[in-house]
Amino acid sequence: MINQFEVIETNKMIEEENLDVRTITMGISLLDCTCADLDACCQKIHDKIYSSAKDLVSTGEYIAREFGVPIVNKRISVTPIALVGGACCHSAEDFVRIAKTLDSVAKEVGVNFLGGYSALVSKGMTAADELLIRSIPQALSSTERVCSSVNLGSTRTGINMDAVKLMGEVILETAERTKDADSLGCAKLVVFCNAPDDNPFMAGAFHGVTEADRIINVGVSGPGVVKTALEKVRGENFEVLCETIKKTAFQVTRVGQLVAREASKLLGVPFGIVDLSLAPTPAIGDSVADILCEIGLEHAGAPGTTAALALLNDQVKKGGVMASSYVGGLSGAFIPVSEDQGMIDAVNAGALTLEKLEAMTCVCSVGLDMIAIPGDTKASTISGIIADEMAIGMVNAKTTAVRLIPVIGKGVGENVEFGGLLGHAPIMPVNPFSCEAFVSRGGRIPAPIHSFKN
Amino acid sequence: MDKIIITVVGKDTVGIIAKVCTYLSENNINILDISQTIVSGFFNMMMIADMSSAKIGFGELCEAMDALGEKIGVSVKCQKEEIFEMMHRI
Repeated sequence: MINQFEVIETNKMIEEENLDVRTITMGISLLDCTCADLDACCQKIHDKIYSSAKDLVSTGEYIAREFGVPIVNKRISVTPIALVGGACCHSAEDFVRIAKTLDSVAKEVGVNFLGGYSALVSKGMTAADELLIRSIPQALSSTERVCSSVNLGSTRTGINMDAVKLMGEVILETAERTKDADSLGCAKLVVFCNAPDDNPFMAGAFHGVTEADRIINVGVSGPGVVKTALEKVRGENFEVLCETIKKTAFQVTRVGQLVAREASKLLGVPFGIVDLSLAPTPAIGDSVADILCEIGLEHAGAPGTTAALALLNDQVKKGGVMASSYVGGLSGAFIPVSEDQGMIDAVNAGALTLEKLEAMTCVCSVGLDMIAIPGDTKASTISGIIADEMAIGMVNAKTTAVRLIPVIGKGVGENVEFGGLLGHAPIMPVNPFSCEAFVSRGGRIPAPIHSFKN
Repeated sequence: MDKIIITVVGKDTVGIIAKVCTYLSENNINILDISQTIVSGFFNMMMIADMSSAKIGFGELCEAMDALGEKIGVSVKCQKEEIFEMMHRI
């Protein structure tokens, strides 16, 4: 039988160390909503999402009450809209109509974000893909809860450099259109290499075409729990350090597995995966950077950071894998800047640069995330940063992503405030040298030699 | 068995357990185990109970315990047992 110490330990994690389930995300296929008529397509999309997810929020709240653990977000991911709208959208404005439909149904069912305003263009763009990408600035500036993502490359296909070039321009235009809100639109837009089909986290969640009609994916969190556990093993060797991370990751993931199973049962929707991510928030004590400091660094970004992060990422996976029957999504440590107070402090202290963050993305689960850069950064420079990050993903057969926010009207040294879970960030300097000629070549970078595993 | 864990944390006062137990017995919730400690004046109690023949639902119990806790000035928390089983047992 459960004893009092175990109960106290669990409740301490929840109450003092910010243990929570970060998101229950319902993936919904919209492939059966395709239709040649735009009005009919929007209606079908609305009806499918509404009927599938109308009980999502109340179920999430019920489960949170049952187990006494907070479930922070309830969200929806849908089939990439470039595929759904291909038959009925003949202009960027047509795609924006679908974005507005998604936004209104997201409000209706009460979810805070809906992901899947996406295109998968790792090898080439269809006419619909390109229209959707060109509609992103308008879509994100005229909606509140819609998130957009574009997959620009993969280990199997190489990198679509035409799309990389286009995305540099689209990110800048999105920033321009949302400049009154510190270019907030860019916080809802992410580009990927090797995007997973079952990621429950925003802004990159979409419901892949390989998925079932509907699915429940759960993203766990818990950097504070790992940090507190590591405080007890200060000065111990790497074996003890790694064992402690693994054990803690196991416990955190078990909560995710329990919530996923319960949500799946109550909603009558199959369980997909648990995403074993350490996802920070701007709250004090909920930081991945603080874990790196606890491992032994003065600040995130100091020499040793990449090794510490590699170790952390690997142990989180090793502990988490055994705790859940299916794992997937992004799974690992997230290193966003604006959403992590320890990262923000490291930037302000001069310890963490964009280049060091790039190195860190080689060993963590995602990429350059929530980084504010000067608003006068050139589109080609943004494309160059994206290309570098896509190359890391492609060659290392891992997911990488870029979510940069060029803050229009602001420069290095100034701060931006996004609010809520998106946090605040100091604007970081970008390498000023040009990559215009590289980005403008056109075409695609071929897949690496180790992709031919036939 | 439909096991739940009730935890009470707060300043020690007379009759905390009595009040919780009375409510549980009135609603046919069977207590399986109780343990308690007092750490520097703070009362820490854990109770394992079975709700399988309870007259009320879990939501209603939570609300009643919240209200009771507020009345006596302690925090009363009800949780399904699975979360602890999942975290502490393989």
